[in-house]
Amino acid sequence: MAVASSAYKKVLEGDQQPKEVLVKIDRVTKKFDETIAVDDVSLTINKGEIFALLGGSGSGKSTLLRMLAGFERPTEGRIYLDGEDITDLPPYERPINMMFQSYALFPHMSVADNIAFGLKQDKMSRLEIDARVAEMLKLVQMSQYAKRKPHQLSGGQRQRVALARSLAKSPKLLLLDEPMGALDKKLRSQMQLELVEIIERVGVTCVMVTHDQEEAMTMAQRIAIMHLGWIAQIGSPVDIYETPTSRLVCEFIGNVNLFDGQVVEDAEGHALIDSPDLERNIFVGHGVTTSVQDKSITYAIRPEKLLVTTEQPTCEYNWSRGTVHDIAYLGGHSVFHVQLPSGKIVQSFVANAERRGTRPTWDDQVYVWWEDDSGVALRS
Amino acid sequence: MKRYSFSTIMLWVGLLFIYLPMLILVIYSFNGSRLVTVWGGWSLKWYIGLLDNTQLMNAVMRSLEIACYTAVAAVALGTLAAFVLTRVTHFKGRTLFGGLVTAPLVMPEVITGLSLLLLFVAMAQLIGWPAERGILTIWIAHTTFCAAYVSVVVSARLRELDLSIEEAAMDLGAKPWKVFFLITVPMIAPSLAAGGMMSFALSLDDLVLASFVSGPGSTTLPMEIFSAVRLGVKPEINAVASLILLSVSLMTFIIWFFARRAEDRRKKAIQQAMDESTGAHLQNGPDSRRDPSQIHAAA
Repeated sequence: MAVASSAYKKVLEGDQQPKEVLVKIDRVTKKFDETIAVDDVSLTINKGEIFALLGGSGSGKSTLLRMLAGFERPTEGRIYLDGEDITDLPPYERPINMMFQSYALFPHMSVADNIAFGLKQDKMSRLEIDARVAEMLKLVQMSQYAKRKPHQLSGGQRQRVALARSLAKSPKLLLLDEPMGALDKKLRSQMQLELVEIIERVGVTCVMVTHDQEEAMTMAQRIAIMHLGWIAQIGSPVDIYETPTSRLVCEFIGNVNLFDGQVVEDAEGHALIDSPDLERNIFVGHGVTTSVQDKSITYAIRPEKLLVTTEQPTCEYNWSRGTVHDIAYLGGHSVFHVQLPSGKIVQSFVANAERRGTRPTWDDQVYVWWEDDSGVALRS
Repeated sequence: MKRYSFSTIMLWVGLLFIYLPMLILVIYSFNGSRLVTVWGGWSLKWYIGLLDNTQLMNAVMRSLEIACYTAVAAVALGTLAAFVLTRVTHFKGRTLFGGLVTAPLVMPEVITGLSLLLLFVAMAQLIGWPAERGILTIWIAHTTFCAAYVSVVVSARLRELDLSIEEAAMDLGAKPWKVFFLITVPMIAPSLAAGGMMSFALSLDDLVLASFVSGPGSTTLPMEIFSAVRLGVKPEINAVASLILLSVSLMTFIIWFFARRAEDRRKKAIQQAMDESTGAHLQNGPDSRRDPSQIHAAA
């Protein structure tokens, strides 16, 4: 992504404010007949943050979101909002609003009436409602479309209306269900940043569900990776990408090269891993915790940290010979598929910094190498 | 003249087969002669005579009254049944209920009529209600089978409705009954109207059920016509039939006209919105996907 994310900026700067818990999900399980959609999930969401539930289809992320909204009731466990148990409250009594994937705008009402709908349920006066609707329309820059019907709007405009409608009641928690699901790719990256900007201006806490890792990383401050109903890892985008704790997370987010091997030397400051895929040992620049019985380990390295060169590296560890098996040109960078002597194919991203440079081509003899601290050793 | 192909000829034969009897009926309603089959010159006397025939006019008014009541009751009951069948996914006896709701569609009318008659008689003996058969009993009988039609039409519409729209309303603080009246009903309004009109027409047309459950002084129009025809076709019947034909065609035409105008307006609005949004896109700069320089760089 060429765009800088404000969420990413915040992570780099480090949040100075003390973290106040807004939502507490306490050991929640949801069963549909015999299938378990959400399996004993506990997590907390802090005030003012944008939190993403990321996972494939059937991972239980949508069910968890629907339980927060109140459309599904947990089979077990409790959900707390601001310290108050909301598990048994119906959706219309929760100070939580949701933006649906299909936007779910009321087709028979104008844009202004759509936004006013929630306010009317609160028995507000006509004057107050009008003022609030005008304010919301201004916030999403849709003031000139107030009298339009939803079918007269484009996809991006509908999304703005849906957002304004879900923010109109000033909810304590905003839920986004696949917010960019119905938009095309070009509009998507533009709307992602716009959405984050609006959410941060309003200052609402936000939980989003998505299957698109790029979207989660662009928008969210913290991400929970869900798989088969349980949470595999929670952390900032940087944590999750750079220090995944399991093979599953590692393979789910981005591309990765994995080497299975045995720990052959384990010291305080370094460790050596012997992998049958590589001719040389892997040198890890930190100690690896291993058990005495089980020395097997997986070493994961991201393709952009695996470097391709035509000159033989001089160091003892962390390189291998190989031949270029395939090259995929993607514009900004190229993906080199390099075949190692063992037959294993590894991926390497090479940035196309020069317009025309001499670089390895098909069937060339090359070397791949990496720094001591580029990869992660995974126990599971 | 043009060459007559086989399909053109068959088309005309088919159209004549359907519409010629009606045309003859309309023409004969202007017949001046007392005998139905003998042409006695043009006359409006049967139409004027209609106004004096209080028995027939009463039957017309009674039928219209029953049809109105039936349409309202059938739409209310049929919609409730359809809503339960499509929105409440799990309850005991759901399949049975679904079968029972649609059963009147396939039940022979004679059987429905007979069983309703027996029911009304038994109820009158046991609890004294309904005291006598009349408009009320016909209304109940018509509602039973019209509600089935309405529930089929409405549940088809409810099933294709995006469920998240109703969820969104609830999420915004509307209680379930408010969601139903403010969101669901306006969205299914076209099918409610269709169901209502269908019930109206079915009720107006029904002879069998009405004959079973009607009592003294509650003869409906189809019963009146049928009994009159049994004694020999009178030219007056032709006049009544022509008037019914006229009103039905007029109503159909008006509905078609308004539906078409609404559709045109909707299409125009969508077209306008699309033009505006593409216009906005173009202002943002040239579309890179159509930019030829990108293709050269990749090559």
